[in-house]
Amino acid sequence: MTIKVIALNTFKEAVRDRILYLLLFFAALSILVSRILALLTVGDGAKIIKDVGLASISFFGALMAILIGTGLVYKEIEKRTIFTLISKPMRRHEFLLGKFFGLVLTLLVMLALMSVIFLALVFFHTFSVEWKMLLAILYIFIELILITAVAILFSSFSTPILSSLFSLCFYLIGHFSWSLETLIKKIPAGIFKVLAQIVYTILPDLENFNFKTEVVHGLTIPPQVLLYSAAYGFLYTVFILSLAILVFRRRDFI
Amino acid sequence: MKTVLAIENVHKFFKVGFIPKKKEILKGVSFAVAESEIFGYLGPNGAGKTTTLKCILGLIFPDRGKIEIFGQPHLEPRAKERLGFLPENPYFYDYLTAREFLDFYAQLFRVKKDERKERVASLLNLVGMDRARDLQLRKFSRGMLQRIGLAQALVNEPSLVLLDEPLGGLDPLGRKEIRDIIIRLKAEGKTVFLCSHILQDIEMICDRVAIIVDGKILSQGPLTDLISEKILFTEITLSGLAAKDLAGLGESLSAHGGRTLIKVFHEEKIQEILDLVKNRNAKIHSLIPRTQTLEDLFVEVVKSQ
Ligand SMILES: Nc1ncnc2c1ncn2[C@@H]1O[C@H](COP(=O)(O)OP(=O)(O)O)[C@@H](O)[C@H]1O
Ligand SMILES: [Mg+2]
Repeated sequence: MTIKVIALNTFKEAVRDRILYLLLFFAALSILVSRILALLTVGDGAKIIKDVGLASISFFGALMAILIGTGLVYKEIEKRTIFTLISKPMRRHEFLLGKFFGLVLTLLVMLALMSVIFLALVFFHTFSVEWKMLLAILYIFIELILITAVAILFSSFSTPILSSLFSLCFYLIGHFSWSLETLIKKIPAGIFKVLAQIVYTILPDLENFNFKTEVVHGLTIPPQVLLYSAAYGFLYTVFILSLAILVFRRRDFI
Repeated sequence: MKTVLAIENVHKFFKVGFIPKKKEILKGVSFAVAESEIFGYLGPNGAGKTTTLKCILGLIFPDRGKIEIFGQPHLEPRAKERLGFLPENPYFYDYLTAREFLDFYAQLFRVKKDERKERVASLLNLVGMDRARDLQLRKFSRGMLQRIGLAQALVNEPSLVLLDEPLGGLDPLGRKEIRDIIIRLKAEGKTVFLCSHILQDIEMICDRVAIIVDGKILSQGPLTDLISEKILFTEITLSGLAAKDLAGLGESLSAHGGRTLIKVFHEEKIQEILDLVKNRNAKIHSLIPRTQTLEDLFVEVVKSQ
């Protein structure tokens, strides 16, 4: 209940943030540019639109999560609005979770807006509503939820600029960590291989949530893969949120 | 008398400086606040009043000591259920209007929707902010924020209200209004704990006070015990007497437009002056006995440090 009240207030705060609309504007622009690219290139125009469109949604969604998420908790502490909040009958984790769900709700709305623009554009090209695009977008959403948790973790003990940097690193590492796997295969057995294996396991693998190629090319995705990815996203998010709560619970607000 | 808030031997260290060094901010603070009293927590700037409040509210964690609210550990949400808090220099969500703001806090206390509307309206009325109800808080002046902050502290109809410098940033009229509200709270049976470094306005409403200086409580008790009722001196304004006539009777403070202000320390001397005035056909304009004030006590206590 407390979480819900804080989440709704966070949503109210987030949708009044200008950065959000700036990013939404660029996302829309980037989706629309794909149409021009499609006209300029020979080959399957619809594929280009879908490729670029989904990539834009994913990228700008992540930027929204990071840029707004890192400011949310920090601002409450910096502006001391947290003083009156924490003095109300609530536990600190309720505050943090409220912030988290508020931002997740904001991202859901933004994702919906971007999806509408994207699906409309695809419709004008192929004259069919391609609902299966929504599967890729659903997994983009799961990824954004995880990134939100990461942004909130960093912002519960660090400044917005540093947290944005950390979160961006998380995003980039997450998308390139799969290349470690190929690297590991080449390392001869031994201590280094074990170390690399451990690092790879701990590092996030955000490519788990990337079904863009499959969806665009109409490949079938085995249900167990979908299930694994969803479970991976859920567990990783719970892990990061627990860390954030642990950090937040014992800190002094001075 | 029931104890509403009990602080026992609370110590708090802050790490300060580039190379963190521990500095003791609260050096074993203890006091108890009884039901339905106005308790003044007084001390100069930087004494540790706000730090104590933050410990009570669970914003920071004491390194040692025990805090109980309504007989429960202070971090229990149940203990906070009946608590109201006005922070020093209140900062709030400036994108909300006064009404949205109070409604948000009422929701945190799970007040039902219909009841919320009524309560918000009556609180806005109480603090004299009716006209500003649809104004965003970013457009509020310091004094208006103070008022809306007080309304926020009362949104759950608390039994214990903690106020940090409630009269800060207010003009004389505003101070009087807030003071009246505090007195009204007491009349309603609520307990008020207020921190202040300004004593004027405060002393006439406090039942008991604790004086904190540099993280230690130097003096505490009922106001009537701490400051004596004894007359310290009497101030007499008179005209028609020359300065040399008054020599030896008291300390002459000022002479303007034929009037002399004289500070008299002994009762016999007052009589002498009155006789003199009568014999010489001079005139008394005022005669004011001064008892010890909280301010005197305060200065005395701080100086003895
Ligand atoms: N964030 C902080 N870091 C280090 N020291 C602090 C901090 N905040 C307050 N202090 C120190 O703690 C002491 C008490 O401060 P405070 O409780 O705000 O005093 P008061 O409210 O009585 O004016 C002061 O000496 C102040 O310098
Ligand atoms: Mg203070």
